[in-house]
Amino acid sequence: MSGKPKLHYFNGRGRMETIRWLLAAAGVEFEECFMETKDDFTKLQKNGFLLFQQVPMVEIDGMKMVQTRAICNYIAAKYNLYGKDLKERALIDMYVEAIMDLNELFMTHPIQPADKKEQHFATIVDKATNRYFPVYEKVLKDHGQDFLVGNQFSRADVQLLEILLIAEECKPDILAKFPLLQSFKARISNIPTIKKFLQPGSQRKPPLQEKDLPKVMKIFY
Amino acid sequence: MSGKPKLYYFDGRGKMESIRWLLAAAGVEFEEEFLETQEQYEKLLQGGFLLFQQVPMVEIDGMKMVQTRAILSYIAAKYNLYGKDLKERALIDMYVGGTDDLMGFIMMFPFLSAEDKEKQRAVIVQKATSRYFPAYEKVLKDHGQDFLVGNRFSWADVHLLEAILMVEEKKSDVLSGFPQLQAFKTRISSIPTIKKFLEPGSQRKPVPDDKYVETVRRVLRMYYDIKAN
Repeated sequence: MSGKPKLHYFNGRGRMETIRWLLAAAGVEFEECFMETKDDFTKLQKNGFLLFQQVPMVEIDGMKMVQTRAICNYIAAKYNLYGKDLKERALIDMYVEAIMDLNELFMTHPIQPADKKEQHFATIVDKATNRYFPVYEKVLKDHGQDFLVGNQFSRADVQLLEILLIAEECKPDILAKFPLLQSFKARISNIPTIKKFLQPGSQRKPPLQEKDLPKVMKIFY
Repeated sequence: MSGKPKLYYFDGRGKMESIRWLLAAAGVEFEEEFLETQEQYEKLLQGGFLLFQQVPMVEIDGMKMVQTRAILSYIAAKYNLYGKDLKERALIDMYVGGTDDLMGFIMMFPFLSAEDKEKQRAVIVQKATSRYFPAYEKVLKDHGQDFLVGNRFSWADVHLLEAILMVEEKKSDVLSGFPQLQAFKTRISSIPTIKKFLEPGSQRKPVPDDKYVETVRRVLRMYYDIKAN
C-alpha cells in the first residue's frame, strides 16, 4: 500500500474531476484505477467497496470514501482549504454548492437529446453569466482581496477556477464582462500546485468527446 | 429581531424540510416566512436577499444563508451534530449523501404527471430497498450501536429518519426486510426533540399536495414539465 489516495472512476472528468483538482491544489499525489468496462464496475460493487454501489470512490486514510461532497469536504478540511472557522466554512459551502449546481449543468450537457442540446446550452450560458458569475465578480469586487474567503486560499478558489475554465471551453468569451474573474483566473492559475496541474501530463482530464460517450455509458447502464 | 433563525420558503417540504428537521432535532426554535406570491419572491430578489436568486434561504447568526447543504452543515456543526472529528464527519457526510440522493427521488414526485408518479414510486421503493436501506442496515448491524456514527446522536440519524418516513409514505411496509432500521426508527423517534417535531402542530410539513405544486409553479413561474430522472 502506497499511502497515497487512490481514485476509482472511469478515465474522464465526471464527478471525480473536482476531487482531482482539490488533491492537486493541496499538493497531494494520488493514484488512479480506471474502470474500462461494466465488468470492472461490477467487480467493485461485488467486492463491497462501494457503500451505495456508486463511484466516485476514493481510498484515503484507511477509508473507502464515496459521495463526491463527502470526499471533497474531507480533503478540504484535512489540507486546510476549508477556512478558519464555522462562518468562513459557511461562506465557502455556499460558494461551492452553487458552483456544483452549475457544474451539474455542464456535466449533463453531453447526454442531452439532440433536439434539446441547443436550448440546454443557452440555459447554461444564461445561468453562468446572469446567476453565478456576477455573484463571484461582486464578492471579489466588494472585498478587493485575492481569494474568495478570508483572504486565504481555499477550496472555493479551486472550484471557482475549475468552473471558469470549463465555461471557457464551452464559450471562449464567456468571461468578457467579468474583469475580476479574469484576473482571478490568472492569479489562481499561477499558484504553483495549480500551475502544475494545468500543465500537459498532469492527471487533469480532458473534456468528454462525443465519440467516447457510448463507452462511458456502457460502464454504467 | 428575535434572534431565532428565520426560514424563507414555500409552505411545504421541498428542500427546506431537512433544515426544519435538523433545527428541531437540535431543539432550536425557528420562524418561517412562507412564499405565496410572485411579488414576495420579487421583493426578496430585489432586496438582494437571495445570493443565487433561489430559496431555501435562512437568516441565521447575521447571515442570509442559501444552498441547502451549506445551511445544513452549518447547523449540524453549530449544534454538535457533526461528529467529534474529521473521520466521524466523513462518515456522516457519506451517510447524509446517500439519504440526500434517496430523498431527491421523492422531491420531484409531486410535480410529475400521474403516469410518471406510478413509475417513480416504483423507482423510489426499488432504490430504497436495494441500494440505500441495506447500506444503513449493515452499518447498524456491524457496530450494534444506537446511532449511525460514533455512538452519538448526529445529523446522519436525523436525516435517515426523515428519509425512512418519507419512503414509508410511498409504501408503508417498506421496512419489512430491515429489522435494524425498524428499531432505529422507533428509537430515534423517541428522542424528545424529535418526538415533539413528529407531533401534530409542529412545524413539520405534510406530504406535498396539488396546492403546494401550484404555489411553487406560480411563485417561480415554473410552468414547464418535470420529468423523472
